[in-house]
Amino acid sequence: MAARTLFDKIWDDHVVETLPDGTSILYIDRHLVHEVTSPQAFEGLRLAGRKLRHPERTVAVVDHNVPTSDRSQPIEEAESRNQIETLERNVKEFGVPYFPLLSSNQGIVHVVGPEQGISLPGMTIVCGDSHTSTHGALGSLAFGIGTSEVEHVMATQTILQRPAKNMRVNVEGTPGAGVSAKDIMLAIIGHIGTAGGTGHVIEFAGSAIRGLDMAGRMTICNMAIEAGARAGLVAPDETTFEYVRNRPFAPKGEAFDQAVAYWKTLASDEGAHFDREVTLRAEDIGPTLTWGTSPETVLAITDTVPDPAQETDEAVKAQMQRMLDYMGLKAGQKIAGTPVDVVFIGSCTNSRIEDLRMAAQIAAGRKVAPGVRAMIVPGSGNVKRQAEEEGLDRIFLDAGFEWREAGCSMCLGMNPDRLTPGQRCASTSNRNFEGRQGPGGRTHLLSPAMAAAAAVTGCLTDVRELA
Amino acid sequence: MEKFVTLSAVAAALPEANIDTDKIIPARFLKTTQRTGLGKHAFDAMRYLPDGTENPDFVLNQQPWRKAEILVTYDNLGCGSSREHAPWALLDFGIRCVIAPSFADIFFNNCFKNGILPIRLPREVCDELMGDAQMGSNARLTVDLPRQVVIRPDGEEVPFEIDAFRKHLLLEGLDDIGQTLNHEASIATFEKRLDQDKSWLPTIHFD
Repeated sequence: MAARTLFDKIWDDHVVETLPDGTSILYIDRHLVHEVTSPQAFEGLRLAGRKLRHPERTVAVVDHNVPTSDRSQPIEEAESRNQIETLERNVKEFGVPYFPLLSSNQGIVHVVGPEQGISLPGMTIVCGDSHTSTHGALGSLAFGIGTSEVEHVMATQTILQRPAKNMRVNVEGTPGAGVSAKDIMLAIIGHIGTAGGTGHVIEFAGSAIRGLDMAGRMTICNMAIEAGARAGLVAPDETTFEYVRNRPFAPKGEAFDQAVAYWKTLASDEGAHFDREVTLRAEDIGPTLTWGTSPETVLAITDTVPDPAQETDEAVKAQMQRMLDYMGLKAGQKIAGTPVDVVFIGSCTNSRIEDLRMAAQIAAGRKVAPGVRAMIVPGSGNVKRQAEEEGLDRIFLDAGFEWREAGCSMCLGMNPDRLTPGQRCASTSNRNFEGRQGPGGRTHLLSPAMAAAAAVTGCLTDVRELA
Repeated sequence: MEKFVTLSAVAAALPEANIDTDKIIPARFLKTTQRTGLGKHAFDAMRYLPDGTENPDFVLNQQPWRKAEILVTYDNLGCGSSREHAPWALLDFGIRCVIAPSFADIFFNNCFKNGILPIRLPREVCDELMGDAQMGSNARLTVDLPRQVVIRPDGEEVPFEIDAFRKHLLLEGLDDIGQTLNHEASIATFEKRLDQDKSWLPTIHFD
């Protein structure tokens, strides 16, 4: 058989049937469901009189809409409450396993899946959320789908897809001080652009990727969608197997050994064909952040804001100027030293225990700068509990951070955690689109350590100065 | 789903790249449990001023583009979130066809599921179509799906590509779940093999 990539192998293993025009019916091992993109799908099943084919391969959780404040109080916003109650009715009616709001297992779907061993290597995993690419860190083919496709998976446990092209992004070398997975991924997106991966599945490889822990790999794959890719992947290895071992829903004992034997066959073969390949040197990447309203507008913290006058394409020039105006920045100004109003540490990109430890290291013994609101939102109830066992909550609270309940929070401006117009936020989330964190809000994407540095200095800061 | 065969309509030009799904429909409007009713919030931040009144400078607030059924943009239309609320909002506004040099993958898929035809055409062609669009109601574009051409006001025909299966579903207005369920025997066979080959694969049951 010809040499195949990791993507090719998982794909081939899940093709139910290929239709004459090349569209495949692809089998789905896990379907993750949340409250925002599922109600119309459940309703569609009901109207058509269809069953949910495999509730035991489906898991539901609430995350996007939930307040991250005190959970003993009822949810104030009527529409949010309705969406959550609708999900609760639907999972009951269709028999779907569900982590309710008050469960300690509740959290962001892309944190909960890997944490519980619900997402495993070699699987096909879908969810009505673009950041489903996160689960690719385990070496699974995981991608976001629309609500019509959610309904399709519910009814058939399959999806209609054409194979993606293969792309490999290698990051070689050893990252320098103050550089984490987030900086690496922002640098990759800056390099290939937000449409750089369109039509492709990106396999992340190279010594710097191999050297990342699972949380770091999840941060990388999470933002594969910001590079336009259908999915991100990292080949499963010993780091992966050790992470998966003993997770609540992972196979145990002999079944685990069988699974590992299979997972070991998945790595891309020597000589497998990639339609596109890009290599970056980890040593070239410093602490990195975004200045504009697209995730590709990245710069190093030591850089100055780019000047539209240097651009020749009129449309690009106009768009850059619009971004500068929206962000309240001037061409040529140093990005470091720009004052921030809000710091958000959380989201499916950076809310795992490893992320919180990185932030705590910077926060320890320091105080949040006067006038800055700084929030820590753990990715799940379990992350929160573990952080409390490690005393991280004390570090954050003593420094003046808010210590909140798990949810999507200020990543997307649909729950009560939102920016107000003009507020500038140092955010560990994944999108800096206009209005993403609230109408008129200004987002700088950066790492947990850089976010913590911004919190304690009150401005965008090179984290290496605080080390 | 409504069929898509031919469409002759006013087109609106949005000469921007990377129009993301948050721009098409901000997250705070995703609390609905319906597919309809989102049209009034389509392009909310561009369409309305902070005081809630219409922004007179925005193309979809101007005649004749209030009635536009075709949108022409630059690269990477629909990037960002997987929210199908984006095509729902466009459809509810009245848009049945979107034309751009490139699309984000999930948005591209989501359009087809709602009877919206997304057409990829080179940037130079999009520039020409934007020129046509700016001529307003005297310059309708015609999209002929059976023949796979966009017909410009001067009669020039611009061919476009589309997958045969997707074209069939659009022309017939078919629900693809029904199509897939015609392959029930293949799915059942696959599942039998899955249970044998990957007996370690856990299913999820909560107590």
